[in-house]
Amino acid sequence: MREHRGAPGRCVLVVAVIALACGCTRRQPETTSKGGSSLPQVSAGALRGPEAFAQIQNRADRSRALFAEASRVFLHPRCVNCHPDGDTPHQGMDLSVHDPPVVRGPDDKGVVGVQCSSCHQDHNLELARVPGAPEWHLAPLAMAWVGKSPRAICEQMKDPARNGARTLAQIVDHNAHDRLVAWGWNPGHGREPAPGTQEQLGQLIAAWVESGAECPTEGATP
Amino acid sequence: MITLKVNGEVRELDVDPEMPLLWALRDVLGLTGTKYGCGQAQCGACTVHLDGEVVRSCVTPVRRAAGHEVTTIEGLSPDGSHPLQRVWCDLAVPQCGFCQAGQIMTAAALLASNPKPSDTDIERSLAGNLCRCGTYLRIRAAVKKAAGIPEE
Repeated sequence: MREHRGAPGRCVLVVAVIALACGCTRRQPETTSKGGSSLPQVSAGALRGPEAFAQIQNRADRSRALFAEASRVFLHPRCVNCHPDGDTPHQGMDLSVHDPPVVRGPDDKGVVGVQCSSCHQDHNLELARVPGAPEWHLAPLAMAWVGKSPRAICEQMKDPARNGARTLAQIVDHNAHDRLVAWGWNPGHGREPAPGTQEQLGQLIAAWVESGAECPTEGATP
Repeated sequence: MITLKVNGEVRELDVDPEMPLLWALRDVLGLTGTKYGCGQAQCGACTVHLDGEVVRSCVTPVRRAAGHEVTTIEGLSPDGSHPLQRVWCDLAVPQCGFCQAGQIMTAAALLASNPKPSDTDIERSLAGNLCRCGTYLRIRAAVKKAAGIPEE
């Protein structure tokens, strides 16, 4: 978590202190594709890899920026639709209410008669257009992402009480390898996939953890 | 070859493992009580039980049933005397009838796990079974009567 301070680090610190004293600093968005950042431009469907963030010298700022980039995946409809802030999943790019009107149920897998597995299989059905992946289910309410900021999602993801009692290493593995998470990039039937690739997301989250797992500032958007 | 148990009887099917279970039931085994409605798991007409749990057979690959037990409307009781079937007749629930096998199969799964369901329980569990004739009120009344819940 501690800053590695070599001579260049001290220079940066001195400049920052002077700038702060002058009242002329204003935190740039953690990542942005416009204005004030030298991060490379990417399309809406692409992710910046961890290497794009190496230019951010301050370790904590780099960590915040890495998570903000990853939050572009978390906040994409392919992912957020099944992290509802209520008892009903969403669908589509506009977060429509799931049709049929299913409910979360006691174990986040629906209720008798309309369990997730009543309709969703372990793979996408191209002809019927029903999406599917292994262990199809809703994220628990504690892991709700709908309406949440990148900072709120970050704090949630680090909190064992709200992340399924996972360590940060397990969070990296979950993002990088979970087969239901993988569906976000293989949604079937012309659905827009989440940005980038699951491998890139795993790399971003690994780099975020390695850089101290700092959370973006409130109000920061990817 | 896919081996599964259908209505208590072991059956061997020489079919494509990806064939929808509904096709296997209707076209291969001749069990036509289960209906084809939308083909997209949107209407519930094709509802059967897989190891006692509700599945929409139109989107369930038959391979998922391999080694498992499928129950269709024909197997709900040996002689059509399941409490839901009797009440369905008593209250004349069906209108055109096309969705009713699916409605009864879902209701049977509900009562098996929740013998005294509330109105909300019934509405939530049957939310995936559509009835274009609009017999929902009679369906709910019949489920409650089968459960021994007095009329209000």
